[in-house]
Amino acid sequence: MSELHRLSAVDLQGLLASREVSAREVTDAFLARIDQVDGAVHSFLHVNQAARDTADAIDQKRQAGEDLPATAGLPLAVKDVLCTMDMPTTSGSRILEGWVPPYDATVVKKYREAGMVALGKTNMDEFAMGSSTEHSGYGPTKNPWDLERVPGGSGGGSAAAVSAFEAPLALGSDTGGSIRQPAALTGTVGMKPTYGGVSRYGVIALASSLDQVGPVARTVVDTALLHDVIAGYDRHDSTSIPDPWPSMAEAALAASASPNLKGLKIGRVVQLDTDGFQPGVRQRFTQMLELAEQHGAEIVDIEAPHFDYAVAAYYLILPAEASSNLAKYDSVRFGMRVTPESGQVTVEDVMAATREAGFGDEVKRRIILGTYALSAGYYDAYYGSAQQVRTLIQRDFQKAFESVDVLLTPSAPTTAFRLGEQLDDPLAMYANDLTTIPANLAGVPGLSLPAGLAPEDGLPVGVQVMAPAFQDRRLYEVGAALEALVRERDGSHVSELVPEPGANRAGAQA
Amino acid sequence: MNLVSVEEALEQFDPVIGLEVHVELNTQTKMFSPAPNPAASLEDYAPNTAISPVCLGLPGSLPVVNHDAVRSSIALGLALGCEIAPSSRFARKNYFYPDLAKNYQISQYDEPIAHDGQVEVELDDQTLWTVEIERAHMEEDAGKLTHVGGQTGRIQGAEYSLVDYNRAGVPLVEIVTRPIVGSGEKAPQLARAYVQTIRDIVLGLGVSQARMERGNLRCDANVSLMPKGSDTFGTRSETKNVNSFRSIERAVIYEIRRQATLLRDGKTIVQETRHWHEDTGKTSPGRPKSDADDYRYFPEPDLLPVTPDPEWVESIRAELPEAPVTRRRRLREAWQLADTDFQALINADLLTVVEQTVAAGCSPASAKKWWLGELSRMANEQGVPAESLATPEQVADLESEVVAGTVNDKLAREVLLGIVAGEGSAAEVIAARGLAVVSDDGALIAAIDEALAAQPDVLDKIRDGKVQAAGAIIGQVMKSMGGGADAQRVRELILERAQG
Repeated sequence: MSELHRLSAVDLQGLLASREVSAREVTDAFLARIDQVDGAVHSFLHVNQAARDTADAIDQKRQAGEDLPATAGLPLAVKDVLCTMDMPTTSGSRILEGWVPPYDATVVKKYREAGMVALGKTNMDEFAMGSSTEHSGYGPTKNPWDLERVPGGSGGGSAAAVSAFEAPLALGSDTGGSIRQPAALTGTVGMKPTYGGVSRYGVIALASSLDQVGPVARTVVDTALLHDVIAGYDRHDSTSIPDPWPSMAEAALAASASPNLKGLKIGRVVQLDTDGFQPGVRQRFTQMLELAEQHGAEIVDIEAPHFDYAVAAYYLILPAEASSNLAKYDSVRFGMRVTPESGQVTVEDVMAATREAGFGDEVKRRIILGTYALSAGYYDAYYGSAQQVRTLIQRDFQKAFESVDVLLTPSAPTTAFRLGEQLDDPLAMYANDLTTIPANLAGVPGLSLPAGLAPEDGLPVGVQVMAPAFQDRRLYEVGAALEALVRERDGSHVSELVPEPGANRAGAQA
Repeated sequence: MNLVSVEEALEQFDPVIGLEVHVELNTQTKMFSPAPNPAASLEDYAPNTAISPVCLGLPGSLPVVNHDAVRSSIALGLALGCEIAPSSRFARKNYFYPDLAKNYQISQYDEPIAHDGQVEVELDDQTLWTVEIERAHMEEDAGKLTHVGGQTGRIQGAEYSLVDYNRAGVPLVEIVTRPIVGSGEKAPQLARAYVQTIRDIVLGLGVSQARMERGNLRCDANVSLMPKGSDTFGTRSETKNVNSFRSIERAVIYEIRRQATLLRDGKTIVQETRHWHEDTGKTSPGRPKSDADDYRYFPEPDLLPVTPDPEWVESIRAELPEAPVTRRRRLREAWQLADTDFQALINADLLTVVEQTVAAGCSPASAKKWWLGELSRMANEQGVPAESLATPEQVADLESEVVAGTVNDKLAREVLLGIVAGEGSAAEVIAARGLAVVSDDGALIAAIDEALAAQPDVLDKIRDGKVQAAGAIIGQVMKSMGGGADAQRVRELILERAQG
C-alpha cells in the first residue's frame, strides 16, 4: 500500500475498520510523505513524532476488541492556532515560540476522543492575519500546485498539507476566509461552520466575534466527516450553540452517491460576480451555475448591496478585537521576553521591547489600526459604524435567504498569486477575502469546493456555497452534489490533478 | 502646611461626596473561570495556586459567566433598591498592567446589571439619610503585585515585582452612589455609615465575607467642595485604599481640609487619584486622573448579554432579608438597651452576634455585657474579632449558669477563659476547673468561724451597728474558698452569727 497517503479519509476509515491496514501503517505512510515533500512545501511547523505511539495505542485497542470510534486511527493535521498539550503552539508567531499550552483546545480533546492521530501543527499567517501564509513568523508555505505561489491564508499550511497528500484531513480556523480561500487556491475543500457551531475554547483568538474552527479535506465527504468530530456544544465557550447537530457526513455521502439539485434555489450575488474577478475564476464560477441549472437548480440573481462595505467593516471590527485579544502577549506570564539592556528598565519597557521583537509587521499594523478604531472620539465613527454595517449585511443575508436556499459565489477573486506579489500591498492582500468575509460578519456557514482549473494559468478555482445559520448540513448536501457533478463532467476531481511538488502542472502556460 | 480646621472649611464650603464600594463575592469559583475563589473563605492560598488558564489569560482561554455570581449581584442590586436590567452586557476595559492577566478587565460599562436604587443609612444620632445608588455592576478583580527591594514597598525603587494571580478573576460588584449633596458636617460620618450599611446588607445576603481588612470590601471616596450657595460641583479627588470604617471618615475629613486649604490659598484642585495612609492620616497624590484616560471600552465579544429570567429575579427578591435600618430599629425596640450601649454594639460590629446570643436564650443586657465587655477586651488583646473567641450558644450557656447561681460574676469570667481556651461548654469548664460556687452552708460556716477566730472583734462591731465590718470576714472567706463562694450567702451567715 505504497499509495496509502493518496486515499481519502473515508477510504482509509474503511481499511482501518476492516483491519486491512493498521493505524500505524497509515501514520507511517503520512509521516513518510511529510518527510518526502515538506521540505519543499513547508506545511508543518511541527511534526508529531509521538504520532506513531498514538497509532500503536489505537491498534492495540482494536486488537483487544475494544469498541472504537469510526474515526479511530485516521490521521489529521492541526492548524497551529489550536492549543495542544503535547505539541508547541505558536499561532505562527515568534512571540509564542516553543510555548506548550497546559491545556487542550476543546476541538483537540474531541479529535483525541475520536481516536484520531495528530501528524503535527500546520503553518499559518501570524495570529491568522493574512491571506497568503507569508506573514508566518516561521517562513511561508508554498502552494503544492506551484511552489512559487502562495497557498492562500491564513490556513495555508492546513490546505497545502491536504493538497500535497501530507494528511487526509486538517483543522483550520476562519475569521474572514482563512479556511475557504486557501481551499480555493489549493484545489481542496474547506468549511467555515455557523458561528458557535464549533467550540472556540483553546483557539488562539484573532477576532472573537468572527473566529470559527472548521474542517479541511480534499473532498466534501471527508470534510463532513471531520466536521462531525469537532462540532457541538461546549460549556467553556459562551458563544457555543447548545442545540445538537445532525450528521454532516451522512448528508454528504447521500448527496455524493446520488446528486440531486432539483428544486434547489441558488442565489448568484450580483455584487460578487464582477469584472474585478480573474477571468478564469469567473468562467469556472459561471460554469458551475450552469452545471447546477442543468441538473435542476434554479438560479436567482440576488442583490446584497451592503456586501460592498464588508471588507471595510471587517477591517475595523477585526483589528479592534485583535488589538485587545493580543494585549496578553506581554512577556509577563508566558512566551517570549526581551529585556532592553539600557540602565533602569521598567515592566513597560520589557513589554514594549518584547512586542516590538515578537510581533511581525502585519500584526503591528492591525494592532495600531484596532487601537485607533476603539479610541475615545473615534469609536462611534469607526467601530460603531462597522457594527452597523455588520447588521445591514446580516439583513442582506436574511432577505436573500427568503428567496433562495443557498448563495453561490467565487471563493476568491483570483487563483494562487506569486509569493511576494502582494506582500507590500496590504489593501490588495485584504481584497482576497472579498467574497468570504460576509459570512463571518453574519455568522453564517460557508463551504468552498473546487470548480475546476482556470484556463489561463491551470490553477484551481474554488466556489463558495453559503446557507443560513444552522443550515451547515445543507452546504454539505449541495457541496457534495456539485462536487459529484463536476467529477462526472471532468472525469476527475481537481485535487487529484495536483502535480508532485516541484513538477510542472498540466495546462500551465509559460 | 497648616490645614484649615474642618469647622472652618465647612463654614465656607459644602462637601459633595461620592462613594464607590467594591464587594468581593464569596462564590465557590471565580467570576469567569472554574478556579477556586479565594474570597469565598478566610483560607489563605499559596501564591498562584487558585488559578486556571482563564485567570492567567492564557492564549485560547475563554471566560464563562458564573451563574452564582449573577445571582449574588441581582440579590445585592435588589437589596440596594435598584432596577435589575433585563439585559446587561460585559465590556472590555483595556489597559496594560502586569496584575491584569489579559491586559484588559472584563467589566460592565454602559449596561450594568443593576441601576437607580437608594439605601437608607442611619447616622450615629439615629437620623436617616437616603443615599442614591447610580449603579451596581459586575466585574473581575485583578491580581496582586508585591514590589521587592527598595525602601518603601512601592513600585518606585523596587528591584523586581512578584505577581500573584489568585485574586485575578475574583467576582466583584462595584456599587456607585450618585453625588451626595447637602450632608454638611455629617459628610464624613455619612460616608462611614454608608459603607457600614453596605457591609451589613452584604452580610445579611450572605454574598461576601465582607472583611475590610482582607479587601473583601473596598471603598474609594470621591470628595469635592463647592462654595456655600453655589450649585456647581468643584473638582473632585478620588481617595483609594481606604480599608477600615474609621479611615473612611478620617479620609473624608482630611480631603475636606486639604481642599479647603488649597482653595483658601487661591490654588486649584487637581482631579486625581489619591492614596490614603493609615499611619499619617493623610492622603498623597497617585496618578493624575483625567477624562483623557482612554480604556477603549468595547462590548466583550466572548460573552453573551446577561438576561436573567424575570421570575428568577422575583424569586430572589422574595428571599431578601430585612434592610439594616429596619433591623436596627427592630433590635433597638426589642432590647431596650441604653442608646450609648446600642451604638457601641453597632460601632463594634457586634449586633449580629448579640442577636444570636439573645436567640440562644440570653438576656439582651447580659449578651451586650459579655460581648462588649470581657470578650471585646480579650479580642483586642489578641488582635482577633470577638466572634472568633466564643459562639453565641456558649455565651448564652455561661449566662444561664450565672442566672442559676452556679457561678458568680467573678467565677463566670474564669469560666469564659476556659471556654475561650477551648475547654468545652460552660458546664464542662465549671466541672473541670471546680468553679461552682460553694453553697454548702457547713463549709461556709467553717470558713467563717476560722476567719472570726483571727478577728474576734468583728462580731462586736457588727452588733454595734457597723455592719460594714463584715466585709473583712467576707473577703477572708472568699480568699480561703478561692473565690468560689456565694458572697451574698456568706454575708447572711455572718449576720446570723452576730445575732446568734
